[in-house]
Amino acid sequence: MSAHAVAVKAASKVFNQGKSNEVHALDEIDLTVEDGEFITLIGPSGCGKSTLLRLIAALTEPTGGEVEVKGKSAEQARLDQDYGMAFQRAGLFDWRTVSKNIELPLELMGWSRGDRVRRAGEMLELVKLPEFGGHHPSELSGGMQQRVAIARSLAFSPSLLLMDEPFGALDEMTREHMQDELLRIWSETHTTVVFVTHSIPEAAYLSSRVVVMSPRPGRIATIVDVDLGDRSDDTREDPAFFEKVTEVREALRAVESA
Amino acid sequence: MLQRVTRQVVVFAVFVVLMGFAYSGYKAFGQSIDDKQHDWWAVGSVLPRTDDLNMPPILDILAEFNVIQGGTDKVLGRLLFEESLFTLREAALGFAVGTVVGMGIAMALARSKPLERGLLPYVVASQTIPLIAIAPIVVIWGRKNVDFMPWEWQDWMSVSIIATFLTFFPVAVNGLRGLQSPRPENLELMESYAASWNQTLWRLRLPASVPYLFAALKIAATASIVGAIVGEISAGVGGGLGRRIFLEAQRYTTGPERLYASVIGSAILGIFVFLVITGVERLVLGHQGREAVT
Repeated sequence: MSAHAVAVKAASKVFNQGKSNEVHALDEIDLTVEDGEFITLIGPSGCGKSTLLRLIAALTEPTGGEVEVKGKSAEQARLDQDYGMAFQRAGLFDWRTVSKNIELPLELMGWSRGDRVRRAGEMLELVKLPEFGGHHPSELSGGMQQRVAIARSLAFSPSLLLMDEPFGALDEMTREHMQDELLRIWSETHTTVVFVTHSIPEAAYLSSRVVVMSPRPGRIATIVDVDLGDRSDDTREDPAFFEKVTEVREALRAVESA
Repeated sequence: MLQRVTRQVVVFAVFVVLMGFAYSGYKAFGQSIDDKQHDWWAVGSVLPRTDDLNMPPILDILAEFNVIQGGTDKVLGRLLFEESLFTLREAALGFAVGTVVGMGIAMALARSKPLERGLLPYVVASQTIPLIAIAPIVVIWGRKNVDFMPWEWQDWMSVSIIATFLTFFPVAVNGLRGLQSPRPENLELMESYAASWNQTLWRLRLPASVPYLFAALKIAATASIVGAIVGEISAGVGGGLGRRIFLEAQRYTTGPERLYASVIGSAILGIFVFLVITGVERLVLGHQGREAVT
């Protein structure tokens, strides 16, 4: 029997429980993600999409329900380093070179120096920055830094990649380019991706399923299936793509006006 | 880089010359109006009198560096240089020990929130203890009680302890700030790798604290010199700039230039250690493409 990549079962998250400033960030969330899927979480601010990602990452604990990653508890999956994570800020360590940044998780996992260097080289090839290994992050543009962060999150070949608005700080052109890069990497590495965004076209373009969330308390309002086949620049101008964008947008409108 | 250093040296030289002119200008003005009568606002009352005893002429002060001192065969500049080395040795030991102790405290406080809340006020309170009061105590302790060491305890080592006392504080406070400086997402990244506290300390917190540490080390380096000089004076240690300043203050009326020259010598030593730390900072941070914090 094969376990789901991610199984969220009736998970709730209440901040400041029992206090006057109690916040119900997530309320009884059920969500399963299959191996190889690309899922985006979208919703107005305060809908708990980042909190849901953090529950999956076991960076915070649910106050109710449970979260399983690859058939085990999310906490165990974190300890087993079953997922890679990328944040809105690239968050590279500026005292380390680009290569050394990519090697960071490998160091923590006790890889030998030779293996680390070889792997960092491969990852730089994957994100198309082969000649920048010796540079410091401050010498790179925002988009390049984000590519290094993605390389870092994929360096140890996790089967699950958790991304929290990784392209949120990038300009539109860089962003579209990065989306294509990410889809290419996704199809090359067969990784499962859970991706948080607040951009409707980004969600429609990237994912196989768009999870639309509603705020206060955070719930899953609807899930939009997207089947656009292989993406390319033409997809962005395809009427089928616009239909999906509209569908997601209307789902979000319904959420906002509710 | 070189251009910036050159510019800073020029700016500093201009500043020193301007200060010299201000000093001499005020003195000349006071002399021209007979400041004993206090008939011109603050001249000679709030501000110092301008006669040669209160304000020796700058050229006399500078000339004094080249005057052979009684009881020796050396000029004052030479004596001050040797005494600077003596003081520098005390300060350097105190600086080194204080940096290690300060970083140790910072790491302990960063490790545990309750410890930070409980201990930090005492770290701050430690700096309200008057140095002049504890200096003689430390020297006496050193002479009487430290016989478990493999080497003989010297009075200058007691002065180093006093310098340590001034050094550890900025390192502990700024070090703690630096250890706590990583962004939440960087800490979460380490958490997502299931990294241990020590792994996070060595790979994230300590490297992130380096710019903060250098800011502290610049303060600590000059403070260690001040601590050593004050320690020498109040502990009655037989050597160093503190001893020199104490001596020249006692016989001020027979040669005010000598005290002024000694103070200038002390200032030069303080500036020297500051520049050494700044140089190391630029090398380290520049190599990493990082900015200094202030």
